Amino acid sequence: MSKAKLMQGNGAIAEGALAAGVRFYGGYPITPSTEIAEGMAKMLPAVGGIFMQAEDEIAGMGLVLGASLAGKKVLTASSGPGISLKQELIGYAAAAEIPVVIVNVQRVGPSTGQPTAPSQGDVMQARWGTHGDHSVIVLSPWSVREAYDVAVRSVNYAERFRTPVILLTDEIVGHLRENVELPEEIEIYPRRTPKKTRAEGYEPYAPDDDLVPNVANFGEGYHIHVTGLIHDETGFPVGSPKVTEDFINRMHEKISRAADEIIDVKQDFMDDAEFAVVSFGGTARTAYESVKNARAKGIKVGLIRLVTIFPFADKILHDLAGKLKGIVVAELNYGQIVHEVRRAVEGQCKVNLCAKYNMQIFEPEEIESAIEEIVKEVNG
Amino acid sequence: MIERSYEKFFRQNRLPHLWCPGCGNGIGMKAIVQAIEKKSGWTQDNTVIVSGIGCSSRASGYMDFDTLHTAHGRAIPFATGIKLANPELNVVVITGDGDCTAIGGNHFIHGCRRNIDLTVVLFNNNIYGMTGGQASPTTPLGKKATTAPYGSVDRPFDACKLAEAAGATYVARSTAFHVQHLTKMIEDGMDNKGFSFIEALVQCPTAYGRRNKIGEPAKMMAWMRDNAVMKNAWDKLPDEKKLEEKFPIGLLYKSEAEDYDTAYSHVIEIAGGAAK
Repeated sequence: MSKAKLMQGNGAIAEGALAAGVRFYGGYPITPSTEIAEGMAKMLPAVGGIFMQAEDEIAGMGLVLGASLAGKKVLTASSGPGISLKQELIGYAAAAEIPVVIVNVQRVGPSTGQPTAPSQGDVMQARWGTHGDHSVIVLSPWSVREAYDVAVRSVNYAERFRTPVILLTDEIVGHLRENVELPEEIEIYPRRTPKKTRAEGYEPYAPDDDLVPNVANFGEGYHIHVTGLIHDETGFPVGSPKVTEDFINRMHEKISRAADEIIDVKQDFMDDAEFAVVSFGGTARTAYESVKNARAKGIKVGLIRLVTIFPFADKILHDLAGKLKGIVVAELNYGQIVHEVRRAVEGQCKVNLCAKYNMQIFEPEEIESAIEEIVKEVNG
Repeated sequence: MIERSYEKFFRQNRLPHLWCPGCGNGIGMKAIVQAIEKKSGWTQDNTVIVSGIGCSSRASGYMDFDTLHTAHGRAIPFATGIKLANPELNVVVITGDGDCTAIGGNHFIHGCRRNIDLTVVLFNNNIYGMTGGQASPTTPLGKKATTAPYGSVDRPFDACKLAEAAGATYVARSTAFHVQHLTKMIEDGMDNKGFSFIEALVQCPTAYGRRNKIGEPAKMMAWMRDNAVMKNAWDKLPDEKKLEEKFPIGLLYKSEAEDYDTAYSHVIEIAGGAAK
């Protein structure tokens, strides 16, 4: 029996998060993300969970971080201007290692920008938006069904790595409606639990074998201290150069050593490809069409689609570039991911940018032209 | 000799504290643990201390509970998340005048409005102490600060009036001089199921007193003694005698209203999630 139903991308994110165990949502309304909050407001109390509309975006983050420390799996969502406000406590979540998923349904910026036309202009903000060196996981779906799957993965990664995870979608996918069939069973990563008692010398921020600490939930009798100050294994602040360096190293290494598992790159028509389009999110839908059209014209071109944006797929792109003559990076911004691609490719092939930032989504012909152009540039 | 039974509430290995000699924050912190000690059902395992940023907010690190030292101004949202996620926990917020009424002002009034079941204790020293003496929203008119070298022209907040107007269901004030009274005000606040706000005036001899030539810590406390008027007496004072530096202490406001957690439990019931 088919369980297919018509869903919106934002709705699929809410459903996916709920299925993955999210039981607390705090956030502030902003288009084009609001359907996520509205979905959670309706669904959460029906499963005994809690939805709270915050007084502002910063409070929305504070609410979910408090709830996460008290043992709930948590979600918040926003868009450009709101995500800018959330950066303060995204950094807190990174430093204090609090599991949280933040959805950014991108719209045109900077500032209030063009409400609420589609954009992919927040890619580098997702990576570097909060101050200081920190690690983060950023995932971007291209379809409604994938939005559901990515929401589940985001919650699981947040719990597993005790890190903020940015679910970076865009107005295209967020407001897209598709007929989807949801999985009957999904894998769920449970909240990590202490492996020692206090008497056995439990330290809340002592890393486990995977470098992630098993921080107790509040109310379990461990009397832990949580702070955004740089701290040692005890959780208390220490003003030492060595502790600071070790802390920043561990923040990065807990993600980077699992990068191969986290990195998800989809490849289409790549077997015999001489050229490739690199894209992600809603834009990858257009790029897929463009690649098919170019193939029909006899161009050996494929699509490399980034589901995981960060950690960046350095090795995959580096290896692929060795077999390619040229790459077109199609993104709905002035050019952000293109710099990451060029860094990973290390000059092995030509990398052109196909950028658009005028409120409109790409037409397939635009990316096709960019493909034809790079073929001409390379082959003469 | 009086038994120092409250010592078990402190992380002895985190002491001594970083506050200056003569600071009033330690008195406020001790009043909180002595209030907790008197509360049946409140234990070190089921009580969470949440603080913001500033001198006041370093208290959480010294207290042997689950403790959360948040970002500047954000203690109330974090505390709200904790309370709603696990209503079995007793949640106490320690904040300062800058933390609570400047950068955290919006969170403060909305916490009051929602009547979240928190006990919020504001250590009001009228100054930004940790950063070296800048003016806060409670620095009195004309008093000097590093950012108000000619005297403050910003009209100060009355945090208690703010809390009452915003919807807090328990509002009280006391001072570092009136230790027993302060403890009682906090204890009574903990009894209120809803947003309880207690303003504790504390002296900052280093960043406020010295610059304003108010003198030694003991003199600052004597000022509290001489100017604080118990609420009952205050209400009987004719208006012309309420001038100068006099201020009321005691229970300033109390009302009955459903707390947020109870209100939301009805939502869960209506939505059919009560058994889950």
